[in-house]
Amino acid sequence: VNEPLPPDLVPAVIGVLVRRGADFASAEDAVQDALVEVLRVWPDDPPRDPKGWLVTVAWRKFLDAARADTSRRRRELRVEDEPVPGAVEEVDGTLQLYFLCAHPSLSPASSVALTLRAVGGLTTRQIARAYLVPEATMAQRISRAKRTVSGVRFDQSGDVATVVRVLYLVFNEGYSGDVDLAAEAIRLTRQLAAEISHEEVSGLLALMLLHHARRPARTGPDGRLVPLAEQDRSRWDTRLIAEGVDVLQAALARDRLGEFQAQAAIAALHADARTVEETDWVQIVEWYDELVRLTDSPVARLNRAVAVGEADGPRAGLAALEELDPDLPRHTAAAAYLHERDGDPVIAARLYAEAARSAPSLPERDHLTRQAARLNPQLRI
Amino acid sequence: MKESTMAKYLILKHYRGGPTPVVDLPSADQWAPEEWEAHMQFMRDFGARLEETGELVDSQALTPGGTFVRYGGEGRPPVTDGPFAETKDLIAGWYIIDVESWDRAVQLAGELSAAPGPGGTPIHEWLEVRPFMADSPPATE
Repeated sequence: VNEPLPPDLVPAVIGVLVRRGADFASAEDAVQDALVEVLRVWPDDPPRDPKGWLVTVAWRKFLDAARADTSRRRRELRVEDEPVPGAVEEVDGTLQLYFLCAHPSLSPASSVALTLRAVGGLTTRQIARAYLVPEATMAQRISRAKRTVSGVRFDQSGDVATVVRVLYLVFNEGYSGDVDLAAEAIRLTRQLAAEISHEEVSGLLALMLLHHARRPARTGPDGRLVPLAEQDRSRWDTRLIAEGVDVLQAALARDRLGEFQAQAAIAALHADARTVEETDWVQIVEWYDELVRLTDSPVARLNRAVAVGEADGPRAGLAALEELDPDLPRHTAAAAYLHERDGDPVIAARLYAEAARSAPSLPERDHLTRQAARLNPQLRI
Repeated sequence: MKESTMAKYLILKHYRGGPTPVVDLPSADQWAPEEWEAHMQFMRDFGARLEETGELVDSQALTPGGTFVRYGGEGRPPVTDGPFAETKDLIAGWYIIDVESWDRAVQLAGELSAAPGPGGTPIHEWLEVRPFMADSPPATE
């Protein structure tokens, strides 16, 4: 099937409705209602023009709702009552919709939920399942978000940086339930990259592709975490890696470096190494220097310290680690790793066990516990 | 580089256990009916407000009864022990919340602890706040 699936059409159709005079919240509701019709009608009677069909049905849903609403309370409508016949307008509001859903007045969680629904075309139930909360809770989060941006003018342009951050949050949520949020984030970032040419949008897309390419190798069959050094590199998706590198190179050529390009460059250097020994750690440290300069992020500093340990030896890595706040997440795990590389299994085993006790996720706790368990028998000999 | 948006926390209510109570409460049957009703209404309102803010995941109450159970060995029934009238720590129920920060979780627990007791004054109940462990690590390394 060459036709795009309805979720890809959702933001464009909302955009059309808003341009015809619907307010954003009602337009978004109407399109969700129309998607229900899609499930009912399309399997038996697929339309020749899916977007036109969706616009017509969504517009009708909007008018029905508006009429019902007006009959309850008088309400100023900026629309004429008749559907606009003929072809769908060419003006596409997709980009404006990204901006609106990532509006600075929204909390990150609200932006994420609204983006997945209004731009991604996911149902509230799908979003709720992905974030493991009840549907009623997610519905509240979305309707609050819609209220918050109800006064924002739709044609205002927004800040690409906030949009990129929201998509990164979606990607980082990974996959749980029946929605693969990482794949969803990639789809939405591709769509955004098609709407706007921006080096950090490309940087983020490259970063996502380069991480996604390695996903099959990151977990074992039993769900256990496989560290980078031990991954079966033949399971990396070379097609995604090649695409990620291309996207990144085009972004870097614009000579406007940003944090997502820097992160993608680090991911590309890992992806480029056929064996872990071939990894260019010196270049990776240089990119971490850039990342620290751009973000001043403690997480970047921590990762940099581990990279220094690979480039200049574990002592140098430990020295870099010593300058950081020991309460940082994963600080103890990094120290354990570097002490083991430094030939000190006693301290390493103790630190792995300590890190396991404060691990923020189950796979990490299991991984760290296994590391401690691997070292402990050696210590008893 | 903030890595995720929301996190889940358990707010745990205890019949017994935890630090020494700040207010020495009479048992519920000693309260005036309207005091008890005000207390229960506070709890319902708290849950409704969490639902309205999109932060509620679950809330449940437990009866004080129950027992400890363990595997009894091959071909044998499970071994039970208790109930223990004097167990130091007895869980009464919970709220599971999905919020943006640890600070928000603590703030909400603080509000819940202000539930009214006899005379309508806050009971200052100790509540335990525990972070959930995530299912998956972040998708980036």
